[in-house]
Amino acid sequence: MAQAFELLFRGDAETWGIIGRSLAFSFFATIFSIIPGVPLGVLIAWKPGRGKRFAASFIHAISAVPTVVVGLFVYSFISRSGPLGFLGFLYAPAGVVLGQFFLATPLVISVTCAGLEALDPRFRETLETFGASPLRKLTATLREAKSAILASVVLAFGRVIGEVGVSTMLGGNIRNATRTMTTAIALDAARGEFERALSLGLVLLVIAVVINVAVSGLGHHER
Amino acid sequence: MKTSHRIMAVAALLLILAAPAFAQGAKAANPSRIIMATTTSTEQSGLLGYMLPVFEKKTGYKVDVVAVGTGASLKIGEKGDCDIVLVHARALEDAFMAAGWGSERRDVMYNDFIVLGPKDDPAGLAKTRNAKEAFAAIAGKKAVFVSRGDNSGTHVKEKDVWKVAGVTPSGSWYKEAGQGMSQVIQMAAQLGGYTLADRATWLAVNKSAPGLDIVFQGDPALLNPYGIIAVNPAKWPHVNVSGAKALMDFFTGAEGRALIESYKIGGAQCFFLL
Repeated sequence: MAQAFELLFRGDAETWGIIGRSLAFSFFATIFSIIPGVPLGVLIAWKPGRGKRFAASFIHAISAVPTVVVGLFVYSFISRSGPLGFLGFLYAPAGVVLGQFFLATPLVISVTCAGLEALDPRFRETLETFGASPLRKLTATLREAKSAILASVVLAFGRVIGEVGVSTMLGGNIRNATRTMTTAIALDAARGEFERALSLGLVLLVIAVVINVAVSGLGHHER
Repeated sequence: MKTSHRIMAVAALLLILAAPAFAQGAKAANPSRIIMATTTSTEQSGLLGYMLPVFEKKTGYKVDVVAVGTGASLKIGEKGDCDIVLVHARALEDAFMAAGWGSERRDVMYNDFIVLGPKDDPAGLAKTRNAKEAFAAIAGKKAVFVSRGDNSGTHVKEKDVWKVAGVTPSGSWYKEAGQGMSQVIQMAAQLGGYTLADRATWLAVNKSAPGLDIVFQGDPALLNPYGIIAVNPAKWPHVNVSGAKALMDFFTGAEGRALIESYKIGGAQCFFLL
């Protein structure tokens, strides 16, 4: 345990490289997931009737798909023998980010959707009464539900930074290229080098705590 | 209004910043990058970490190592997802070449397989004379045996030995882990079981596998030769042909051979020249 701390504080370049890389991959995956995630969440929340319930539970189910399954699907597309092989994404950072993007997006959609539904229904009625344009309605609603949207983004980040399946399958756990905190932990534990595994585990623990505090803080803010 | 605008502005900025990173990934074939699919033994023993920096410094290539098993490495080559493979299962390598997936194959080195087991050796392998008897003793006692179970070179060899011993391993004593060599060594240590391992990985990880020791070794049937194969550009035009050639020349040339011979773990040589 002492050695684990030492590794972090001594500033071991490889360990910090892994931490930085993990944060960067998950950060970009999360940012990209907002682009389709938030509009789709709004769309589903605003959809009337039965279609909405179906779409919401469908997205909910998708966000529970195991990471290795997502990894497998993405793999079959970005392998050189797959339709998108020419992109050269497999065993490269772009592959990991793409896989994590598919993990993050359903989560962003469903949490955004849930946040919008929790809004007072009179809010939307008011907007309609005033005859607001669709764009105006959208921005006003987003502003109103911004804690839910932020919470969805933070949750999505939390899911992707802690996953192993996609990172291993699509990144290949390549040293100094696609090795992330989780894949490094798996490898180090296998090698019996528990010090670095522990130090990375501590970093993940801190991230998990920060994320939980952030999400509950956002929840309070809303109320 | 302000917050949402600010968030959108930040997101847009990040997208622009991220673009070059993705363009880099998207380049069909980066001429300075070589992807090598290899077995867990070359990576986990530390040999590649010892040799590749020398190659990279000398040639300016960057080698990205995907460490899986022999079977998986060859599959990755078949799919065109790597430029070169370094593996150890001659029958699979020959099939790979025969199917035209590889353009050239060369012998690189060998080490040997050893049977690891609990120090008190409950199945009495120390008294057996060859690998066939050793495996038969394990099966006879139904002593715990942890198999790689991943179609790696080690797993292929293990299946060969079971076949020679006339045993079809099954039952609760036979545990197919589906993991890399060092994971399996750890599992055998934790379960107080036997396993077949390559010597190099054992030397690299034995300090973290208490209670485990070599209980059988020295049968010529347990030799473990490694081959290096360049993926055939006739099948996959995007592969880094010159990079694969340079890496192959390095591993089989004077400098690489000297490095292989000089690589020691705890004072013991791990890989030998063919």
